[in-house]
Amino acid sequence: MNRQIARLALVGLGLLAALIVGTTYWQTWASAGLSDRQDNEIARVAQFSIKRGLIRAADGEILATNKRRRVGGQTLYFRRYPKGGLFAHLVGYSTQSRSRAGLEESENDFLTGSNTNLKSVVDKTLAQLSGATIKGNDLWLTVRPQAQRVAMQQLAGKCGAAVALDPRTGAVLTMASRPTYNPNLVESNFGAISHIQSGCAAAAPLLNRATDGLFTPGSSFKVVTATAALDSGHYTIDSRFDDKGYCIEYGKQVHNFADQGNVERFGSVDFLQALEHSINAVFCDIGKALGARSVLNAAKRYGFYKDPPLETPSNERSPSGLYFHGKLYDPTDPATQVDPGRLAFGQERMLATPLQMAMVAAGVANSGVVMRPYSVARVTAPDGSLVAKTKPHKYKRAMKTSTAHALNQMMQAVVTGGTGTAAQIPGVKVAGKTGTAETGGAGTLNTTWFIAFAPADHPTVAVAVVLQNQTGAGGTTAAPIAKAIMEALLPGRSNP
Amino acid sequence: MSLRNRELMNLVVVGILTALGFASVYIARQSVVSTASLSYAGFFFALYLAAHLVCRLTVPAADPYLLPMAALLTAIGVTEIYRLNPTDAFRQGLWIVVAVGALSVTLALLRTDYRRLESYKYLFGLGAIGLLMLPALPVIGESVNGARLWVHVGSLQFQPGELAKIALIVFLAGYLREKREVLAQGRLKDFGPLLLIWGGAMLVLVETNDLGSALLYFGIFLAMLYVATGRVLYVGIGVALFLAGSAVVYTYVGHVRDRVTIWLHPWTSHPVPCALSGKPALRQDCASYQLVKSLYSLAHGNWFGTGLGKGTFETTSGHPLIPYLNTDFIYSALAQELGLVGVAALLLVYMLFVTRGMKIALLADDGFSKLLAAGLTFSFALQTFIIVGGILRIIPLTGITLPFVSYGGSSVVANFILLGGLLLVSNGGTVDRS
Repeated sequence: MNRQIARLALVGLGLLAALIVGTTYWQTWASAGLSDRQDNEIARVAQFSIKRGLIRAADGEILATNKRRRVGGQTLYFRRYPKGGLFAHLVGYSTQSRSRAGLEESENDFLTGSNTNLKSVVDKTLAQLSGATIKGNDLWLTVRPQAQRVAMQQLAGKCGAAVALDPRTGAVLTMASRPTYNPNLVESNFGAISHIQSGCAAAAPLLNRATDGLFTPGSSFKVVTATAALDSGHYTIDSRFDDKGYCIEYGKQVHNFADQGNVERFGSVDFLQALEHSINAVFCDIGKALGARSVLNAAKRYGFYKDPPLETPSNERSPSGLYFHGKLYDPTDPATQVDPGRLAFGQERMLATPLQMAMVAAGVANSGVVMRPYSVARVTAPDGSLVAKTKPHKYKRAMKTSTAHALNQMMQAVVTGGTGTAAQIPGVKVAGKTGTAETGGAGTLNTTWFIAFAPADHPTVAVAVVLQNQTGAGGTTAAPIAKAIMEALLPGRSNP
Repeated sequence: MSLRNRELMNLVVVGILTALGFASVYIARQSVVSTASLSYAGFFFALYLAAHLVCRLTVPAADPYLLPMAALLTAIGVTEIYRLNPTDAFRQGLWIVVAVGALSVTLALLRTDYRRLESYKYLFGLGAIGLLMLPALPVIGESVNGARLWVHVGSLQFQPGELAKIALIVFLAGYLREKREVLAQGRLKDFGPLLLIWGGAMLVLVETNDLGSALLYFGIFLAMLYVATGRVLYVGIGVALFLAGSAVVYTYVGHVRDRVTIWLHPWTSHPVPCALSGKPALRQDCASYQLVKSLYSLAHGNWFGTGLGKGTFETTSGHPLIPYLNTDFIYSALAQELGLVGVAALLLVYMLFVTRGMKIALLADDGFSKLLAAGLTFSFALQTFIIVGGILRIIPLTGITLPFVSYGGSSVVANFILLGGLLLVSNGGTVDRS
């Protein structure tokens, strides 16, 4: 029997050895993947013993800090957001019961010191072995609290969003979304957040409208159409058009903007004047002449059809583009599937995020090059040493340099004598474009836009503002907000 | 050094390890646990010293490593149970006292000649069947998590299956020793008992709704049949029959089907019907909740673990994150706090135990002793594989105890009796050899 016993011994030992292999798989190979899962409460709760890194604004103001509490003999660190709802959408929250959002979610590895930087790993392991508190790394953001405050005040009581970028680097200077919520209440009193009311049908206070809100761009999209037109070489800033007040689409008249029932009609105009006065009929004809594919390709060169790049979680960012039945729609044959005339002035199921429209303004401002947007300037270790630093990166070349310069001039005309005069800043050249999208039939409320940059000669700020459910036009509702934000961001002009 | 002195030395090492374990839990959880925790190590050392003295008197020539290894495993178990729930640890401590008592009685009664058990083999066979049927009885039987494995009399609860396992091994050792030549010839009529026991295992499976127990009993049977006859073909036929039977049970018993579904697809990305709440939910929030949380516990342990007493098993407000942590899932708790390094060492102790047990079977000089030692040892290995393999998603998860470590009275008592059996066989074997 001894031979059988020896074999049985091998079987028994083999079974136990398989357990060691299995344990190794779950504890090492699969470990990282499992700890990232949203339903992994253990990893989430365990991180409360880590002293999470601080999140600071560009000037060092603290946006997220920790409150130390002793629970059951353990020292735990709960998150505190001293600025309340001011930075809620960008910063997000870190809680036990509702997981994480915003930069708190996507930058969790840095904030808990579990990033793969060798120094962080070594420090963390040493702290763990010695029983000391693990400290995370601090985030230094690019956002300017002063301008953020202005933006949030301007948006107060409304549904909308504002994004300001530095067109030279892509740094996010302001990211405001209303209605907002108090991140300190997410854990303790989420009911209060879910009951927030607002002027728009779905208040959705947790939604970051700046990156995840999709709105009909309306006439602000004419900048994209103009880019396609100028880049094609068939049009120049001086190209002449005859505005009859309407254009013919599929045998029907599509009218210009109707001011108090009177349809505008400008007669003979050049390209600059067409943008200055936002003449739908002219852009409709340009769209038909260029074709939908050409306009959509110009949009793609600005970053449409891709999640706008930013450090926030990808489920908090939406791609801009044509949408069909709630889904992004990239037509295979735009010539037959898309109405080029309506697309040219930003209707035709076109939806865009404020961040994407800010990238359009920034692209024109930066001589045609769109820089990759970022909001985390640098990451520092608890001892102050640098862990990571964001270098500005070129994201896309959206157009020829000459096109950018022509568009710059045309957009300046919008502010000096066109639909966007409300954005004028004394002593500063401002370039901009209005948008007023009728979201329903005639007489319903509008989604209004203003995209702009300044100073037009050497732009340092590009901005996009969107407002939902407005009775006025983009030039009267959104332009003053864009102006206030730019004033707060231009050097030597910050409001008290 | 004499065998018993070697055992004593090993026990001293185990005592020191136990003291370190409790001290570590105490340091990590000072505000929750009392200084009384530090006396646990002393208490355990005294208890195992007593067991050692019993061994000295009754089985002086027995293997000197088995008792220290069992002591180490129970100490690790009690330390972790203490860390999870001090009240449970106190009760487990009492059960270990009872178990050491049972070990002493077993050794004292059988020290002169355990081989006489062979004459009572049919009594053990009937006893095993009787014990297995107990949970199916109407008044005293009880169903936990869909599996009928428990018996409760008054406030006392136990799993008779643990004792049935040992009775079954004694019966098989006696029966197979007697019939091994006949069985090895492979005449068709001799397959009768094989089919009978296969039928029995299937019956247990249907009665208890528990795949794990059926696998355990049938696995023990096949292993011992193989040792007795040396015919691999029987094992092949047995495995085929078991798979066929399981397939039938899978088709007709919803509980078994659920276990397999959970095993194969613990995570879903879309809500599926949830029997617990009656509403659609993600499977990881419903049926496979335990398994998934336990895997998260393992993953959180990583290489070195969080350290004893520092694992995360509750939310900061004290809401438990993993159910049945100190019984079925004690391995996940240990894996989180001791890390891969710690539980791999634990599994190595199990492997050493199996090695010693099989060595005893090899050295034993009569068929009954060989079969008994091999059967007891293999049951120990297989049971460990079934529970830990279930946690690791190697096989479908079934609620069964981790020998010596899990919280549970019947399990601890049964395992000490198993230990007693191995000590007796090794004592006999060594004496005869010299």
